Amino acid sequence: MAAMNLKINGKKYEVTVDPNTPLLWVLRDHLNLIGTKFGCGVGACGACTVHLNGQATRSCLLPVSAIGAMEITTIEGIVPEDGKLHPVQKAWLELDVAQCGYCQTGQIMSAISLLKSKPAPTDEEIETAMTGNLCRCGTYTRIKAAIHQAAKSATK
Amino acid sequence: MENLQNNYSRRSFLKISSLSGGGMMIGFSWLANLVPGKVLAETGAAEDWVKITGFIEIRPDNQIKLFCPNPEFGTNVMTSLPMMIAEELEVDWEKVIVQQADYDTPRFKSQFTGGSMAMAMTWTPLRTAGATARMMLLQAAANEWNVPVSELKASKGMVVHSSGTKTATYGQLASAASRLPQPEKVTLKKAEEFSLIGTPQKNKVGKNIVTGDSLFTIDYKHEGMLIAMVIHPPAFGMTLRSFDATEALKMPGIKAVFDIEVYKNGYQRAAFDTRAFNKLVAVVGNSTWEVMNARKKVVAQWELTPEYKETVMGWGGIKEELVPAGLESSDDHILKMKEMQKKPAKVLRKDGDPEAAFKSAKKIIERTYSAPFLSHNPMEPISCFAHITDEKAFFAAPIQIPELMKQNIIANLGIPADKIEMTLTRMGGGFGRRAYGHYIIEAGHISKKMKAPVKLIYTREDDMTNGVYRPMYMVTYKAALDEKNNVTALHIKGGGIPEGSVHENRFPAGVFENYLAEGWETPSNITVGAFRAPGSNFIASAEQSFLDELAEIAGKDPIDYRIELLKKAKANPVGKNNEYDADRYIGVLELVKEKSQWSKTNSKIARRGVAAYFCHNSYAAHVVDVTVKNGQPVVERVVSAMDCGLVVNPEGAKNMVEGAVIDGIGNALFGGMRFDKGVPVQKNLNQYRIIRHREAPKKIEVHFVKNTINPTGLGEPPFPPVFAALANALYKATGKRFYNQPFINDIKG
Repeated sequence: MAAMNLKINGKKYEVTVDPNTPLLWVLRDHLNLIGTKFGCGVGACGACTVHLNGQATRSCLLPVSAIGAMEITTIEGIVPEDGKLHPVQKAWLELDVAQCGYCQTGQIMSAISLLKSKPAPTDEEIETAMTGNLCRCGTYTRIKAAIHQAAKSATK
Repeated sequence: MENLQNNYSRRSFLKISSLSGGGMMIGFSWLANLVPGKVLAETGAAEDWVKITGFIEIRPDNQIKLFCPNPEFGTNVMTSLPMMIAEELEVDWEKVIVQQADYDTPRFKSQFTGGSMAMAMTWTPLRTAGATARMMLLQAAANEWNVPVSELKASKGMVVHSSGTKTATYGQLASAASRLPQPEKVTLKKAEEFSLIGTPQKNKVGKNIVTGDSLFTIDYKHEGMLIAMVIHPPAFGMTLRSFDATEALKMPGIKAVFDIEVYKNGYQRAAFDTRAFNKLVAVVGNSTWEVMNARKKVVAQWELTPEYKETVMGWGGIKEELVPAGLESSDDHILKMKEMQKKPAKVLRKDGDPEAAFKSAKKIIERTYSAPFLSHNPMEPISCFAHITDEKAFFAAPIQIPELMKQNIIANLGIPADKIEMTLTRMGGGFGRRAYGHYIIEAGHISKKMKAPVKLIYTREDDMTNGVYRPMYMVTYKAALDEKNNVTALHIKGGGIPEGSVHENRFPAGVFENYLAEGWETPSNITVGAFRAPGSNFIASAEQSFLDELAEIAGKDPIDYRIELLKKAKANPVGKNNEYDADRYIGVLELVKEKSQWSKTNSKIARRGVAAYFCHNSYAAHVVDVTVKNGQPVVERVVSAMDCGLVVNPEGAKNMVEGAVIDGIGNALFGGMRFDKGVPVQKNLNQYRIIRHREAPKKIEVHFVKNTINPTGLGEPPFPPVFAALANALYKATGKRFYNQPFINDIKG
């Protein structure tokens, strides 16, 4: 057990956990930030995607002790205020993307990260960037359309 | 207008009214404040809600809440089912609150999400509930204002008098309305009168999903809650002999390690009680990571399971099921199926004299198809929350058919029926997997033992290696042809491990004068269960691939060929019990032909295949355009045509079809679970290949046949024909026919 300071969604947290605990379980079990989902535990499905200094990262394999001063953003922190929606979330709603919905927060986190580096991604760039995020319900075509829509709305 | 006797509501609603004494119902659940995924913010006290019919609650401030009776696992019942109530109730859809009903099947009648039945089963009851409540609200206003009901109109949550001088909100009328006797007869709208049904409506829970709200069982929290995991044998055909938890118990945060027996000795299983392993080691602790680590320190000894028999109360009554001993391997499964194909099998249907027709055939075409076990792999790994106390047993249960868990809970947890409470948490995918609720019993045992609230979580490995797979299948299609390449006889013979998939009365049964369908089964200790369109998901791929070859041999267009056969079956059906409507089948084929611009077939870029199928009461046809680039198939476009009757919510309906297309392409190309001496070879999502973004079709277009037939489902019907449409397109692209799933093995080779 070790005490660790984390900066998550702009707030400071201190947690006392086994330093090897993956960030995913610190978020879910200790901080009640349950929007980040558990899917595989081996970094193969993307359900646990968070941002580390703005970069999409799988939280299920990342020991909390490796984070240091890096800033963590989860789905709960992508908008500054509760109740507001990020343009990517809005696009997701406008295109009615979700079926079961379980993977979608991870998809959204990857999409936001993609749009930061490529504000107007091509189909191919979306496919490449998003291919680590599995959706068993098969909402991929809607996800792609939603990313294009979010990109368009940002340039308006 | 559609008049019907209000039988449905009389039984359920009167029973509820009698409970209240005064007839005014209070919406209250003892754990309501702990239920995850409370949909949309509610303000005010729970006591303010007035219940009118089992499905509707209205508050004095005119907030209107509609209950979705069926569990949600992604088919969008939370939106499309309440739409049916809202249509008849006359409320503002944008303003209504929808809420997942808790398990209370006496109140909600049908709480079943599976078999693509949710729409069909609730179509009349939910509209009746809406109409009943509307009539009671109108009557309450009529009484209040002392005017005849005929002078009143219900609209957008208000009752308005024709003079325009008197209006009242439903909220103002609800209390009085709830005390009225409910109408003996209700009048339902005709299709042309619908204003909400048939309009595209977005997911009512969409905002909760995209913000990551607590919706799923795995998100469930309760004060003092412990985390539990279970360890199961590493191989099918093995069981727990003993375990040593000394080291595990020394690990931080660990509360207990013990073994559980899921079902009692002699328990007569019902159809959905399938479970792979009965003796498990439970590891319980404070947090998920601690339990994950501690379970690695449990030293378990396993032993071979001897052959045994279980009696199972299945759909067809009680039957004895043999569970063989042994450690099975996939290569042996293939050999076994080939051997079974050579042995005599059970005749399922015979028309005419197929033997004679084959003897006198000019040519015989014979093709054998196979498919592997599939794992459901819902994105949310299996989980369940249980809190068993002396007062009651509470579960936050992700389960497709809650009612069927009742007997299991009573028998194996020793809890009387009236103490069972279940909140039906949104499921992170199901595909049939969450029809098998053994995990509810497991969580119950652990909570009982710990005398504490417990959340059971499976890791992905636990889930993938724990069975309830799609069975493994093989089938041979054999056609006798005359000198003009007309089919004179058809012989279908197939089976599976441990169950087959030959549907003897489906198309093309009824087409050919001479027809023989045979089936076999061979037992296995690898457990299987329903997987999105059970049986159909394989047999459609074989049948529709075979018809494609027959069309080619006959020199006919594949769509025209199918339509020709269907017309023949319609005009002059052979045999009895043909389970399809040829006109509706033809309807989807004609629609897909038109919308895909089929006549411009096989463009330079993409090669094109077609398939159609009917199962679970809806008709589906797809045209798939595919190219192969660097040995990898690229699906350029899929055009789908569906006939599911009246489409309640076109937005959700389209999404379902798109998902089924992607799921079908994924499973056809990549799906497959293999075994080596009983051990599942694939254990996680880095080994079991699921379709990914870049492998999904570039474009999917979905079209619906327009009619006003009572709606049927879409969870399953679009799925089975995808496999064959893809196989037929791949044939055009590669010159090779694809007989064995997953197809990717043969594309590379």
